[in-house]
Amino acid sequence: MTTSLYSTRGADPTTAPAFLAPLEGRDAAILPVVADLRARGRARFAAVGLPTVKNEAWRYTNLRELAKQSIAPAGDSAATPVDRLPTVRSAGAGPRLVFVDGRFRADLSTLQGLPTGVLLTDFASACRDHGDLVAAHLGRLASADDRPLVALNSADLTDGVVLRVGAGVAVAEPIELVYVTVGREGVTASSHPRALILLETGARAVLVEHHISQGGAAVLSNHVAEITIGEGATLHHCKVQRENDASFHLSHIAASVATGGVYDNFILTLGARLSRNEVVSALDGRDARTHVSGGYMVRGHQHADISTVIDHAQPNGTSREVYKGVIDDHARAAFQGKIIVRPQAQKTDGHQLNRALLLSDNAEIDAKPELQIFADDVKCSHGCTAGELDDNALFYLRARGIDKETARGLLIGAFLADVLDEIAEAPIRDAFQDYVAGWLEEQR
Amino acid sequence: MIEIKNLHAKVDGKDILKGVDLTIRPGEVHAIMGPNGAGKSTLSYVLAGRDGYEVTDGSVTYYGKDLLAMEPEERAAEGVFLAFQYPVEIPGVANTTFLKTAINATRKHRGEKELDAMQFLKLLREKTKALGMSDEMLKRAVNVGFSGGEKKRNETLQMAVLEPKFAILDETDSGLDIDALKIVAEGVNALRSPERSMLVITHYQRLLDYIVPDYVHVLAAGRVVKSGGKDLALELEKNGYRDFGVDEAA
Repeated sequence: MTTSLYSTRGADPTTAPAFLAPLEGRDAAILPVVADLRARGRARFAAVGLPTVKNEAWRYTNLRELAKQSIAPAGDSAATPVDRLPTVRSAGAGPRLVFVDGRFRADLSTLQGLPTGVLLTDFASACRDHGDLVAAHLGRLASADDRPLVALNSADLTDGVVLRVGAGVAVAEPIELVYVTVGREGVTASSHPRALILLETGARAVLVEHHISQGGAAVLSNHVAEITIGEGATLHHCKVQRENDASFHLSHIAASVATGGVYDNFILTLGARLSRNEVVSALDGRDARTHVSGGYMVRGHQHADISTVIDHAQPNGTSREVYKGVIDDHARAAFQGKIIVRPQAQKTDGHQLNRALLLSDNAEIDAKPELQIFADDVKCSHGCTAGELDDNALFYLRARGIDKETARGLLIGAFLADVLDEIAEAPIRDAFQDYVAGWLEEQR
Repeated sequence: MIEIKNLHAKVDGKDILKGVDLTIRPGEVHAIMGPNGAGKSTLSYVLAGRDGYEVTDGSVTYYGKDLLAMEPEERAAEGVFLAFQYPVEIPGVANTTFLKTAINATRKHRGEKELDAMQFLKLLREKTKALGMSDEMLKRAVNVGFSGGEKKRNETLQMAVLEPKFAILDETDSGLDIDALKIVAEGVNALRSPERSMLVITHYQRLLDYIVPDYVHVLAAGRVVKSGGKDLALELEKNGYRDFGVDEAA
């Protein structure tokens, strides 16, 4: 797809040097393709810098505070002690890669439970042992030209994950990726992990990402994932972000789905001072399906941004999009949902819903659905709502002896309950439900 | 004992209750009848503690305590129960979760041990059977998709489970056909006891054929204008509220 979905207009090049200067001398690239991408990323980011609210795609999310941070690349985290690692497993072990401040930690990772026909490895190992694979996919779906933060990720491309599930292979165990940020006092430590994910024809896998902080230091995590779903392949991709409220979490996921393939994405946002999750799912083959959904719960002065693009490029595609958010105190959330139906994408069925629950007079949601439909035989719907807790329901519960805070918790939990049902796998749903319950517990 | 004295209340800046006096002793069932707009529902909400109902004068003493100083949940835990005229639908909260949370909140307040899942289910089975309610109604979200009769049965179930000292039944007959009314009335009658007081609020005499009160009061224009025995209800049925300066036909 050569049509640009995005422009870098309004980005601010004066913000670039602070990010790029510390990268001088970090040039030990393993592969020419990596060296090339880094050079292009640096040149591009130097030219454009951070996006600003002048760019329509960034209208509701201001990176001014990020620009003020004292940015430094995350240091050597090879020996950083890690307290505890989250998992969606109730028992036993399964495949898991762990990253601390963006760097792979072999000592904490395991490939246990992976069937043959699956490659799961860190970026450096992949460059060394599977150079052709990296060269074929790196930068293919996420363009440094269009998106300043993809350029920045490319500029400091150092580590990440490479997953390839071979044709016809079904991975029963969820594959877990755990990103722990520790950082250090006095600076905002940055890391730019990259994920290259490839499901070959008929492959099936479930991927779970955990993003957590250890300690209270501010960090910048700027993730890019490029996900290729082959013909008839299915990936369920679930992510929970629980970083500390000093940190910046930026993520760009670009998926391309071939004929009959399925890409499902669920993101639960609970943490970070500022987070933005971009999900671009392109149905590049016929009869492809994508289902992108999630929940966001923010309070204090948190800011959460969900920006999705569903690109129906071929006929008979189905997309379903459901987000629900709870916003308290002075927190803000933004939802931007773009659905494109290209001229040849007849018989497209697209559905989008965003519902926000505002718990305080100072809470804010900005929602922008955007449908660009160029085919004539399509079904597309979208809906956005913002509301408050139902006073009648609250009084009803209290009139039965349930105290106000418990009653509010019940109603907030109820509001979010059905969005968690969008997660197909019960153990993941249960684990995410526990994170939501934990959030509600802290709320009291 | 519940003593309502000279109770005045405002809603949206408008005076609705203008000096209600009423004393209800343990075990007694009092009916409040009155035309539309007399302040019947306002009285029930003021007693239950709903926001937006401003008490401007008077007092309510509940077993020696100042009822009006308590939060709604404290009143409930102390044994006040309002059966709603329009029970609220709460999508996403299962009826059982709701009942269990409510009963354990009340038990905790009373210094009793909370019920575990098994004890709770046993209690619930017992109570639902008596009311002819299905397990399926318990699994569903609170009142969501319930018929009018099912909602009122659900209110009665809550009352049976929470065992209040003072139950206020606000227009329990509204929206019920005669069969549903009988079932609900039977459920309520089964809960009559020497320790439990009830205040039955209704527009029509019909309900009082099934829940027979000890006393009947007429509420008009924010005041109790007449009190009597159960025969007063029959009189009202015959003559309407005209004698109290209200012409409902108008």
